[in-house]
Amino acid sequence: MSVVTLDLARIRAVAGAVVDPEIPVLTIADLGVLRDVRVSDGAVEVDITPTYSGCPAMNVIAFEVEAALAAAGFPGARVRLVLSPAWTTDWMTQAGRDALRGYGIAPPAARAGRRALFGADDDTPCPRCGSLATEKLSEFGSTACKALWRCTACREPFDQFKCL
Amino acid sequence: MTSIAVAASPLVEALLARADDALVHAHRLSEWCGHAPMLEEDLALANVALDLLGQARSLYQYAAEVEGAGHGEDDLAYRRDAPQFRNALIFELPRGDFAETIARLFFSSAVMLPWWQAAMTSPDARIAAIAAKAEKEITYHLRHAGEWMIRLGDGTDESHARMAAAVAKLWPYTGELFAAEHETIAALLPDAAALRPAFEATVARVFAEAGLERPRAGWMQKGGRRGVHTEHLGHMLAVMQHLQRAYPGAVW
Ligand SMILES: [Zn+2]
Repeated sequence: MSVVTLDLARIRAVAGAVVDPEIPVLTIADLGVLRDVRVSDGAVEVDITPTYSGCPAMNVIAFEVEAALAAAGFPGARVRLVLSPAWTTDWMTQAGRDALRGYGIAPPAARAGRRALFGADDDTPCPRCGSLATEKLSEFGSTACKALWRCTACREPFDQFKCL
Repeated sequence: MTSIAVAASPLVEALLARADDALVHAHRLSEWCGHAPMLEEDLALANVALDLLGQARSLYQYAAEVEGAGHGEDDLAYRRDAPQFRNALIFELPRGDFAETIARLFFSSAVMLPWWQAAMTSPDARIAAIAAKAEKEITYHLRHAGEWMIRLGDGTDESHARMAAAVAKLWPYTGELFAAEHETIAALLPDAAALRPAFEATVARVFAEAGLERPRAGWMQKGGRRGVHTEHLGHMLAVMQHLQRAYPGAVW
């Protein structure tokens, strides 16, 4: 393996280990926000993509990626925000989904379904007790990527990572 | 701080029109933060505003690049005066009561969902990329606003009366959302007139369930797309732009 290939693997690992500041159990690799890493003319370039257009975490994530790479011996990395292709919850890894559930947030449905405009919601199991006796309180939750639900079995409210 | 002059081209103007729509609408929605009728709605309107602000940023960034005069997104948002804004008039009207806020979000989302869907196939790759994100977000906005239209329209006498009044007030401002693009860039952007059937179908479906009547065709207000605004925009910009004007280049 060439030096560049080894470096790329390390760069990807270091950048990918940065966590979402709003859901610190999720790395940006598990979230699918880390899209690409490159080394060109000795400069490290990292592509990240926002979950939502207005996601306020992107600036922090870009800063954290630069800082993590600098600490790992890759100073001066450039982080680029790319919009296309548009992020989808399908890019979230199984490890990410499990981490979300463990953190008390219902993960998005396995395939980003686009339900009809006023159709019924997908079944959303309670992340705490697993019951399907849950109901949506609001399409919009504590951050742009989450909806607010409650479980009528264990009576706990919970966030759901929205399907996109 | 002094205002900037934007080197206008049809594409820059068209991008600014949609960016200004989103920014001004986001500002009106954010005025509800801390004042919405319930906590869930407070969060919802703030989240919708945040989505629109994100879309505005993407569009301003691209407009600034196309303009090529060294301006950035903040210059376009904070250093233009009211006559340089290209937003449709519906977005600058005062937020009104909750029914007006919801009716405005419903009408604009019912236009912008098919608009962004059509923009996803633009030959301009940047527009297509912005559209692919925005389209997913607007789907949520339309669903949210539509559900409220039904709840309020089909609710109590009071909520029905307020929603009917909001519809009557805002309907004459919907025509401007279908203005044609400049012929030289028409191929890059959706043909707004062609979106009308989708808009009408959404309105018909939701109004039927909400027990609301679609107003008859009549006089339509316009002017915002060429910089002729109501007095309300100037007041809004005085608040929105105050910090950057008083402390040029201020950052967090
Ligand atoms: Zn439960």
